[in-house]
Amino acid sequence: MLEYARWKYILVGTVLLLALLYALPNVFGQAPALQVARKDRAPMDVAAQQSVEKFLTGKSIPFARSSIEGGRLMVQFSGVPEQLSGRDAVNQEYAKQYITALSFASRAPDFFTKIGLRPMPLGLDLRGGLYLLYQVDVSGAIGQVLESYEQGIRRALTDAKIPFTDVAPISVDSERPNGVRVTLPPNSDPDAVRAALSKTLADLTLTTANLSTGPAVQGVLTEKQIRQRQDYAIQKNIETLRNRVNELGVSEPIVQRQGLDRINVQLPGVQNSAEVKDVLGKVATLEWRLEDTQNDPNDAARRGRAPLGSKLYFHRGTKQPILLKRDIIVTGDQLTDAISTATQEGPGVSIKLDARGAEQMLKTTQVNVGRRMGVVFIEKSRETVQVDGKPVSRDVMTQEVISNATIRGVFGPQFQITGLQAGEARELALLLRAGSLAAPIYVVEERAVGPSLGQENISKGVNALIIGMAGVFLFMAVYYKTFGLVADLVLLANVVLLAALLSMMRFSLSLPGIAGIILTVGMAVDANVLIYERIREELRNGVSPQAAIRAGFDKAFSAIADSNITTLIAGLVLWVFGTGPIRGFAIVLTLGIATSMFTALMGSRALLTLMYGGKRKLARLSI
Amino acid sequence: MEFFHKQTNFPFMATRKVWYGLSAVLMIICFASFATRGLNYAIDFTGGVSVEASFPQSANVDRVRTALAGAGFHEPSVQSFGSSRDIAIRLPPIAGQTGDIIRARIDTILKSVDPGAQILRLDVVGPQVGAELKTSAIYALSFTLLLIFLYLAFRFHTWRLSMGAIVAVLHDPILVLGVFSITQTPFDLAVVAAILAVIGYSLNDTVVVFDRIRERFEASRRLAPSIVLDQAINQTLSRTIMTKVVTSIVVVALLFLGGPVLRGFSEALLIGIIAGTYSSIYISASLALDFGLKAEHVFPSVKKTAADHLP
Repeated sequence: MLEYARWKYILVGTVLLLALLYALPNVFGQAPALQVARKDRAPMDVAAQQSVEKFLTGKSIPFARSSIEGGRLMVQFSGVPEQLSGRDAVNQEYAKQYITALSFASRAPDFFTKIGLRPMPLGLDLRGGLYLLYQVDVSGAIGQVLESYEQGIRRALTDAKIPFTDVAPISVDSERPNGVRVTLPPNSDPDAVRAALSKTLADLTLTTANLSTGPAVQGVLTEKQIRQRQDYAIQKNIETLRNRVNELGVSEPIVQRQGLDRINVQLPGVQNSAEVKDVLGKVATLEWRLEDTQNDPNDAARRGRAPLGSKLYFHRGTKQPILLKRDIIVTGDQLTDAISTATQEGPGVSIKLDARGAEQMLKTTQVNVGRRMGVVFIEKSRETVQVDGKPVSRDVMTQEVISNATIRGVFGPQFQITGLQAGEARELALLLRAGSLAAPIYVVEERAVGPSLGQENISKGVNALIIGMAGVFLFMAVYYKTFGLVADLVLLANVVLLAALLSMMRFSLSLPGIAGIILTVGMAVDANVLIYERIREELRNGVSPQAAIRAGFDKAFSAIADSNITTLIAGLVLWVFGTGPIRGFAIVLTLGIATSMFTALMGSRALLTLMYGGKRKLARLSI
Repeated sequence: MEFFHKQTNFPFMATRKVWYGLSAVLMIICFASFATRGLNYAIDFTGGVSVEASFPQSANVDRVRTALAGAGFHEPSVQSFGSSRDIAIRLPPIAGQTGDIIRARIDTILKSVDPGAQILRLDVVGPQVGAELKTSAIYALSFTLLLIFLYLAFRFHTWRLSMGAIVAVLHDPILVLGVFSITQTPFDLAVVAAILAVIGYSLNDTVVVFDRIRERFEASRRLAPSIVLDQAINQTLSRTIMTKVVTSIVVVALLFLGGPVLRGFSEALLIGIIAGTYSSIYISASLALDFGLKAEHVFPSVKKTAADHLP
C-alpha cells in the first residue's frame, strides 16, 4: 500500500488552484493599446471617451474597446499597425488637448482586473520602448552643496553685520572643491565669524587660517558627509526623474537605481528618444537676484570680471551685459507650482513659492521697491569635444538673464515671469514642477526597440515555448508511458505555478525571461527522470511496484535536492550581479527551480499515490 | 520504451587517461583560438552602436556597408540578421553623439539605399559601461564557482569530490567560449547568462553521480574506489543521458524558433549541455579518484545524512 498524508494532498491542491487563478489572465494575452491623457492632468471623462471613439470610427481605424483607467483613456486595438495609425490620428486631431502613449492592455474580462489579477507586464524587448541608463555626476552634487553653503555664509555674515572680503569654494587634499573659505579684511576677529556661522553651518567643522591678506575661516566636508551628500543626490535625482517621466505621460514607466551611481529609466512605448532625453536630462532652474546698479556692467564685461559681491551675466537675446548681486533671493527649488501661461508680454510661467521662498521674496521686495530684479535662467548640459584627438566630456553651463524688471510692489507667494519663447515656457514650467536634479546626469547607455520588433519577439518566444514543450511532452509520454503522462501533467502544473508567481510579483516578462521558462521546463523534467529511472532500477531488482514507487521517490530525493541547489546558486548569483535581461532570466531560473522541485516531489507523488496507492494487487507499472 | 534496459558496465576509470587526453587536446585548441582570434565581443562589452533594421526586399549588405563608410562611420560591420530582409549593423563607440543623432544619420543612409528601410532597434552603449560589465561578469563567474565548491565540500565532506567537480565544470565554459571564439559568434550578455546556467546545469549531473558514489560507498565500503566510481557512473548513466536529451529538445526549439536575439544564448546552452554531459561522465569522478578519493573521505563518521529522509 502507498500512502500520502492528507495535508499534503490539500496543500498541493490549494497551491495549484491558486496558481491557476493567478496565471489565468496570461492566457487571454495582451492587446496593443493607446493611452490618452489630458495635458492639464485632469481626468478623462465619458464625453471625452465618446469623442475619441467617434473620431476613430470616423477615420475608419478599427479598435476593440476603450475604457477609463485611473483618469486615463485606454483604447485597445487588434494589432500594432492599427495602434500606430490610431496614435498618429489622435495626436494630429487632439494635439492641443491630449498626450498619448503606446501601451498594452489585458484582454482578460474586466472581472479579473477588478479583483487585482493581471497578466505579467511585458518587457521593453517585447512591447517596444526606450531604455536609458543615466550616469549621475556625483562630484557635481558636491559643487551644488558648496554653492548653498556659500550663500548661507554670505547671508549669515550680512545679517550679523560682519565685514568680509570674499566667500569662495576651496579644495583641500582633493582635486575638486570640497570646502568653503571666508576671507576677511586684515585685523578682523575670526572667532566672531565662527560664532556667527556656528548656527547656520552646524554640520561643518570650521577652522581658522592665516593668509597673507588676513585671517580666514574655512570649513571642509568630511568623507562621510561627501558620501551622504552623493547618496542624497542620487535619491533626489531618481525622485525628480520619476516626476518628469510622469509629466511626460508615459504608461507604466520604471525608474530605478542601478549600482552605485547609475539610474535606469524604462519607458515602454516611447519611440522619440530625442524629445524625452531632452526633458529628462535637463538641469534647468531659475534664480532671482537684485541688480547691482552701483557698478558699470560694460566695464565689467570688458575686464571679464565682476566686482566683489556681484556676478556678471548677459541678457538672453540682446547679449547685453548686466551685473546682479551675488546674493540669491529665491531659487527654482523653492517653488511649489509652475504653470505656463500667456501674459501681455508674451508667453510666461506663473510661479507659486513655498513658505520660505515667499518670505524671502516678501522681505526683499519690501525694502527694494523701485529697484530692479533679474531672473536668471540656468541650464547645464554635457558636451563632448575633441582635445588632442581624444574625446573629452565636459559640463557646459548656460546662465542667461531672461528678464530684469523694476519691482513695483511687494511680491507675494505668487507671481509671473516672462521673457521666454512659447515652447520654452511650457518646458520650463514642467521642469520646475518636477523639481530640479541634485546633480547633473548623462546617458551612458540607450536602447530603443520598435513596437513591430516587439510583436515579432513575442510570437517567436511563444512559438519556441509551445514547440519545445510539445516535444518534451511527446517524448516523456512515449518513453515512460503512463508515468510519462503523469510527468507531463506535473510539468504543465509547473509552468502554471511559475506563471502565477511571476504575475503575482508583477515581473516584467522579457525574451530572456521566456527563455528561462523554456529552460525550466527542460530542467523540471530532470527531477521526474531521476525518480522514474530510480523506480525502473528498483523494479529491475525485483521490488514490488508500490515499494518501487516509494523507494524511487525516497532515494532520488537527495540527488534532486543537491543537484538543484547547485543550479540555484548559479541563479542567485546572476540575480544579484546581473542587470536588465540577465536579471530577468535569473529570476525565472531561480523561481523555476523552486516550483519544479515542489511539483516534481509533491505534485507527482500525490498524483501517483492517488493512481496506484489503493490498488492491492498491482502486477506491473506502465513505466 | 527503454534505451538502457540492461545495466551498462563501461570501464570509465580504466580508460580515464584517454578522456583526459581528449579534454587536454580540446582545451589546447580553445586556448589557441583565444590567443589568436579572441572573442567577438558584442557592444554589451565593448561599447558602441548596434542597429537592427528591416528592408521591404532582400537587403543589400554591401551597399549599406559602403554607404555607412562613405558617411564617415568607421569600421561598420553589417550582416544579415535572421532573414535576408533584416540586417544588423555594429559600429564602434562614437564620441559625442547621442542615440537620436546617430539614429537620424543612420536612418538617412538606410533610406538612401532603400526608401522603405526601417530601424527596428537601436542600442548605444558607452565604452565605460561595457568595461564594467566585463568585470562584473568575471566576478559573477568566480563567485558562483566558489560558492558551489563550498557547498559541495560541505555536502560530501571532502575537497576531493568538490575539486573534481569544479575542474570538470570549468572545462565546460572553456569549451563554449572556445567554440564562440572559433566561429566568431558575437559574445553578448545573454551568452554570459547561458554559461552560468550551463555551470549550474553541468554540476547538476556531476552531483547526481556523486550522490550515487556516496550511496555505493555506503553499501560496499570494502570495494576498491575505482570499482565504486565505475558502478556509480554506470548506474546513473541512463538518467544523465535522458535528462540531457529532453533538455536539448527545448534548447533546440529555442535555437531554431527563438529568433536571432536568442541565437547566441541557445547556442551556448546547447554546446554547454553537451560538454557538461561529457565532463560529468568522463572527467569529474575520474579526477576525484586521482585526487585519492577513498570511502573514509565521504564518511568521516558512520552516519546517515539528514537529507536522505522523506520529502
